[in-house]
Amino acid sequence: MRLHHLFCYAALATLSLSSSAQAATTITWWHAMEGVLGEKVNEIADEFNASQDEYVVKPVYKGSYSDNLTATIAAFRANQAPAITQVFEVGTATMMNARGAIYPIHQLMEETDTPFDPDAFLPAVKSYYTSSDGQMLSMPFNSSTPVLYYNKDAFRKAGIETPPATWKAVGEAAHKLVESGASECGLTTAWPSWTQLENFSAIDDLPFATHANGFDGTDARLVFDKQEATVAHIQNLAEWQKSHAFEYGGRADSGTKRFQSGRCAMLTTSSASRAGIQEAAKGKFTFGIAPLPYDAKAVNQPRNSIIGGASLWVMRGHSDDVYRGVAKFLNFLSSPAIQADWASFTGYVPITTAAYQRLKSQGFYADNPGASVAIDQLTRGTPDDNGRGVRLGNMPQIRNIIAEQLEKAFNGDEPAAEALHEAARRGNQELAQFQQSVAH
Amino acid sequence: MTTFERHRFTPWLLLAPQLAIVAVFFFWPAAESLRQAFYVQDAFGLGERFVGLANFQRVMASAEYWQAMGVTALFSVLVAVGAMGLALLLAVLADRVMHGARLYRILLTWPYAIAPAVAGLLWMFMFDPVLGVLTHALAGFGIHWDAQLNPGQALLLVVIASIWQQMSYNFVFFLAGLQMIPASLLEAAAIDGASPFRRFVGITLPLLSPTAFFLLVMNSVYVLFETFATIDNTTLGGPGGATRTLVYKLYEDGFVARDLGSSSAQSVLLMVLVGALTFVQFRYLERRVQY
Repeated sequence: MRLHHLFCYAALATLSLSSSAQAATTITWWHAMEGVLGEKVNEIADEFNASQDEYVVKPVYKGSYSDNLTATIAAFRANQAPAITQVFEVGTATMMNARGAIYPIHQLMEETDTPFDPDAFLPAVKSYYTSSDGQMLSMPFNSSTPVLYYNKDAFRKAGIETPPATWKAVGEAAHKLVESGASECGLTTAWPSWTQLENFSAIDDLPFATHANGFDGTDARLVFDKQEATVAHIQNLAEWQKSHAFEYGGRADSGTKRFQSGRCAMLTTSSASRAGIQEAAKGKFTFGIAPLPYDAKAVNQPRNSIIGGASLWVMRGHSDDVYRGVAKFLNFLSSPAIQADWASFTGYVPITTAAYQRLKSQGFYADNPGASVAIDQLTRGTPDDNGRGVRLGNMPQIRNIIAEQLEKAFNGDEPAAEALHEAARRGNQELAQFQQSVAH
Repeated sequence: MTTFERHRFTPWLLLAPQLAIVAVFFFWPAAESLRQAFYVQDAFGLGERFVGLANFQRVMASAEYWQAMGVTALFSVLVAVGAMGLALLLAVLADRVMHGARLYRILLTWPYAIAPAVAGLLWMFMFDPVLGVLTHALAGFGIHWDAQLNPGQALLLVVIASIWQQMSYNFVFFLAGLQMIPASLLEAAAIDGASPFRRFVGITLPLLSPTAFFLLVMNSVYVLFETFATIDNTTLGGPGGATRTLVYKLYEDGFVARDLGSSSAQSVLLMVLVGALTFVQFRYLERRVQY
């Protein structure tokens, strides 16, 4: 009997040895998708893991976008970088200029013989993650664009029929809403720099920074303070602030709750906030989604808006085996089925034309009025130098500086022209510092 | 004596764990940041360039640094005075309580057990410009509270949150200090006809001075370093930099802008500043302390 046991152990040991020799290669994926989005990320990874047995993708939630970038950089410096990391769009310039740290996606796909067609992505998405020499450096994953959310009940109460298309109409509607008592506040915004400066500039065909907003090199400098229409827009918001027609709601997405609570009747924020707003508005009020307004004095026809969100970067320092798995997974991730599912679930825009067509043919846009606003707005016309996006070094800090200066304009400390001028001056110091730090 | 001579290495061996911790968590990072203060480096550490004192010049020339210095000075004085003054008042009152003294003491010590980040969140929720309970209460008095836009209110918010946190720590020490004062001294003074106020100023305060001095040093360090989490969870240094202290600026430049050179230079400057402050406190204030 003893001997029999011994045999069993021996057999087990051999078995486990052989299985560990064939064990699947682990691919770590650091991301910043919290709550339901994080669960969806896990679901996608599970699906990939179940589809084959060579590789296991392990998603790890690392906190906010900023936390994840900090963690990735620290890990890279300690030679412990994850294979894939998710970086928000404003970190793109930082990643692009870290040539020795990243494995460009076009190169990865080529070296692993994985089919990859950059033209499958929407032009606005593709161009954002493409370097000035035309190579795609990271894999688009979750892209969004700002839209206008409006409280239909408050609009009805104030007797306003349609959502405003221009900023002038926004001002009139906001004052009407407050004066009629339909709502305590007219308009608020999340991501103030992204919605009120970066996208305002793109839609109204105004430069935000030189060198195609940073797309053509690290020597770009901010020029939004020199655009008459941009300064006038911020000055208008500051005026409206006095009568609650506009209320500044803080940095990042903290302004959203002024809309969710019913206090403000209009909100400009990411299309990806749709699910969250739907949840909060349930049983309280009905809301609609309209394109981000434009300035009729600056352009006749509004141009395309620009993207936010994040992309996936492949980090150096792993084995060829890992990279083969990464290529396979990224290929899986951008398939129409996965992308269509992800977009319909989250409110992010489908990043490939195929995924968009799939959603369309499934009747998703017919069933969900408002869901198509973001993609229509993102794809109208051909992006010019003002409309490819904003890709500047130290952009997270520049957004902080802009928010800080906007606060000074909105609380009446400084006129808009002065506040914006100071924002550009300080932002340009950041750009000069970035240019110096990557030039070696 | 012979015992010590025979065990020449034992003391070092016993000290080793502590020394190792200090070396790894203090001397090593401090040396590293001292070195980085003289370099310009990209975020990933792929390359670096020696720039001499350029990082320091850049920091000193920026208006935001001096704004942060001013904010820090005002913030420190308000928090130190507020936290120590209130703690002393509460300690004197708690020292006199006859019934339920223990309960009072526990309740007053509690806030110190709360992590600064949690405390920051609590205050943020209470004073949220849209959903805050206290915001609604203030609106009832005709006060429009919006710390997201009003610099004075934002500073007041972080000052209140910091005082509330630090007060408990001060309270424990003041109470212990009060209980160390011999009752016979106070009784003798009372028999001599000294009023309660006279007794407090003439006997209690001088005998509490070592405690107060210790707390002043500890509070300065607290305000300079540990209020970071409170600020990060309430105002993010805003609006318009009104609540951006030196430590918060250092964090922004180092972790948001990833400008390691500038943030290292700032940390060196901060180290010098705190060293100088502590020196001044010991050199000039300690002379007036009666042990």
